[in-house]
Amino acid sequence: MAGINGSMAHLSDGLFTTSIAIYAAAMVGFTAEYAFGRVGRKLEAAAPAPARELVGAGGPPVLEPATAPPAPPKRPAADRIGRWAVVITVLGALVHAASITVRAAAVDAVPWSNMYEFASVSGLVGVLAFLAVLWKLPALRHLGGFVLLPVILLMFLAGTVLYSEAQPLVPALQSYWLAIHVVLVSIAEGALMTSAVLTVLYLVKSRHDKRHDEPGYKPGSLGALAAKLPAAAVLDKAAYRVVAFSFPLYTVAVICGAIWAEAAWGRYWGWDPKETWAFIVWVIYACYLHARATAGWKGKAAAWVNLAGFGAITFNFLIVNIVVSGLHSYAGLS
Amino acid sequence: MRRILRPLRMAWRRLTSMRTALILLFLLAVAAVPGSLLPQRPLNPDKTNSYVAQHGGWGRFLDSIGMFDVFGSVWFAAIYLLLFISLVGCLIPRIRVHARAVARKPLPAPRNLDRLPENGRFDTADTAPAYVAAARSALGRRWRIVERREESGAITLSAEKGYSRETGNLIFHIALLASLVLIAIGRLYNYEGSRIVLQGADNGFCNTISQYDSWKPGRFAAEGKVHPAPFCIDEMSKFTASYTASGEPRTFRADVTYRPSLDAAPRTTNITVNHPLRLEGDRVYLINHGFAPQVTIRMPDGSVRHDVQAFVPTEAATLLSEGAFKQPGKTDAKQDIGIEGLFAPTPVDTGNGLITSASPRVSDPVLSVFIYQGDLTGSGAPQTVYALDHSKMKKIGKANLTIGKTVTLPNGVAVTFDGWVPWAGLQVSHDPAQGYLLIAAVAMVIGLLGSLGVRRRRVWLRIAPGSSPDDGSPTVVSVGGLARSDSGNFTAEFAGLLTRLETAGTPVEPNVSADAIGAGKD
Ligand code: HEM
Repeated sequence: MAGINGSMAHLSDGLFTTSIAIYAAAMVGFTAEYAFGRVGRKLEAAAPAPARELVGAGGPPVLEPATAPPAPPKRPAADRIGRWAVVITVLGALVHAASITVRAAAVDAVPWSNMYEFASVSGLVGVLAFLAVLWKLPALRHLGGFVLLPVILLMFLAGTVLYSEAQPLVPALQSYWLAIHVVLVSIAEGALMTSAVLTVLYLVKSRHDKRHDEPGYKPGSLGALAAKLPAAAVLDKAAYRVVAFSFPLYTVAVICGAIWAEAAWGRYWGWDPKETWAFIVWVIYACYLHARATAGWKGKAAAWVNLAGFGAITFNFLIVNIVVSGLHSYAGLS
Repeated sequence: MRRILRPLRMAWRRLTSMRTALILLFLLAVAAVPGSLLPQRPLNPDKTNSYVAQHGGWGRFLDSIGMFDVFGSVWFAAIYLLLFISLVGCLIPRIRVHARAVARKPLPAPRNLDRLPENGRFDTADTAPAYVAAARSALGRRWRIVERREESGAITLSAEKGYSRETGNLIFHIALLASLVLIAIGRLYNYEGSRIVLQGADNGFCNTISQYDSWKPGRFAAEGKVHPAPFCIDEMSKFTASYTASGEPRTFRADVTYRPSLDAAPRTTNITVNHPLRLEGDRVYLINHGFAPQVTIRMPDGSVRHDVQAFVPTEAATLLSEGAFKQPGKTDAKQDIGIEGLFAPTPVDTGNGLITSASPRVSDPVLSVFIYQGDLTGSGAPQTVYALDHSKMKKIGKANLTIGKTVTLPNGVAVTFDGWVPWAGLQVSHDPAQGYLLIAAVAMVIGLLGSLGVRRRRVWLRIAPGSSPDDGSPTVVSVGGLARSDSGNFTAEFAGLLTRLETAGTPVEPNVSADAIGAGKD
């Protein structure tokens, strides 16, 4: 194939598979921490202490950095495992990024021009989004498995069903808008995946909280797991913040897509199935943002809207690319 | 009168409520779904018609409720319009409220600051007025601060920031409204014409309706209210297509000579897939391309005709193309000649005389011809130039021809495949609103960044002077904070702010407040 460096493409595939394996190892670590540690409750208590505790009538200047945790005497094994899982995840992300970079070098083009490449980039963004959330909210660390599981599934799907050989770009894709449009979409969608995971956990937790208060409640094994999740309000807020970050990005991505479509196809919007679903996704997340600001829709109802949004993203990525044909036939499947 | 007005007002209030907006947004998302799953007539009329035909009554039912033109249907327009009205209705009061909020001073401090979600308290050795000055500079310029004095002698500071959150939100919604209007204007006044242009002289066209192969005007453009700008594409001097070894397309390029207006001097440029020719108000796109075989036909009466016809690709991957040549002979003598043709750029013989194509690249192409003689008018139904209606004709021969080869039939009719020229499908698009739409879209993004990124915060300080300043009892500062938006981590933010506020004052000597520490331990 002209213009394609075969051995580099091969190396990229190898790195891709390796990163899946590394993520799987990290996921085992996170899951172990989640299952055996008491991390959820402990870290929650150690999370930024409300200033209220520091106040007393005529209170003296007892202010100390609110974030200082009550130093644990010894680090329990589960905590150590969790820390290692983060390190392993970072390693996996590095290998993953290398795989994408090498593929880009092999095809001498941006590495997100078919479904396989797009899925790979989205997966990486999902992992990076989670690492960024960890930076701000370390208490969520033991939830890593919940983020890595969909990433691994996505990458597995990418490497098998969606895989396509490295190929040069057809003329319509030879545009710098491809780079801008697709990278923005994959960042936004990768982040929205993290938001969906947080939302599912929020729903699990709030269901658990409600059941917990009922008389005669006996915790099952799922209940025991849910007990370790951070407070429902924390999960809800984290999910919102990720959407607040992603929604403008997604908006810019759609606008860039429209600018590109204007240059390539002669109209900025044509209700092509891909465009229609991008519109549906955008409107659903706008619904989510409104729902959070509307009495009676806050909380669980809004959470379901968030999940519907991610459902639409998934539909757009899988069903529209594979089943419904349109101008956006970049899938690379044959 | 009241009887009529009251329900109207209630209906208006309900329409412009957040909850209605939410439901309308949902409906908009749901309504768009069939538009992506069912074939749509404006995008693909043939597929739509065959779908309707296949599904009988169900298909006709879906057709009657507009399911095959969702985005042009009445109900989609109804949702869009209701949303528009709702948006206008909710924006007007919000703009007024926000303008007032910006003009107004921050609210006075609540009586009990320690009831607020975030609060704290500390002492300072500064006098109350001195601390007020210190606190103002610690807060910085981002906060709007109002100072008040309470009856007890305490000074309060009301500080507020993040007004641009609501400003951004309003800009977003207004820009959204503007976008809806601009999209509608664009759709009413746009037009789109397309034309196939063969490479070589004498095949150009000017931007007038009669010279297009197809012409799709917006509603108002159709009524002659829009006069297409007069420019001409005089000639496509060269069309270039390049492919990879495996037949994947690499580049398409049309070199054209054009005049931006009728009396302008001719200019040359090239049009490629992502780079249309942009003229004042109009854009010219390279949409597709194909082959136009050239033939020489010896008619039954011995006369010789030269013909060249654009063929349409039937296979996108290999550009196997089909088309027709039609040469009328003497009227009423059944001496018309019609030829159905198949053009294979890289021919492959599939056995039993059928030719197909292996690649879109041209390499010893073959033209398969099916030659008919008779009456070209056929059944009288409208005909396309790409197909032959041979219902009143008789097949008199067939052949697979390479370039330069001739087939001669027993009755003297002969067909020679002389060669081919490429053709390009050019599309001319006009949308007077799209530039403004881009501006509105950028405003939407800027508004969103403010709306979702800016943190709206209120903080109050109550600075109570010590009971007897002379004996050095300290000034007590209580602080309360309220996050008016969910962005950021206000708990951590407030803790940081509290530390800054405290260190801004002069610390109290530890021994002075020894008993106060005890009091604070509860
Ligand atoms: C149809 C009538 C509409 C009304 C009455 C309306 C009303 C509002 C209001 C009151 C807010 C402020 C919520 C808050 O304080 O958090 C808001 C926020 C917002 N609206 Fe709308 N809106 C409408 C339509 C739309 C549409 C069509 C979109 C986009 C598709 C949209 C996107 C947004 C976004 C992104 C926010 C920011 C949400 C946030 O701050 O968390 N709105 N809208």
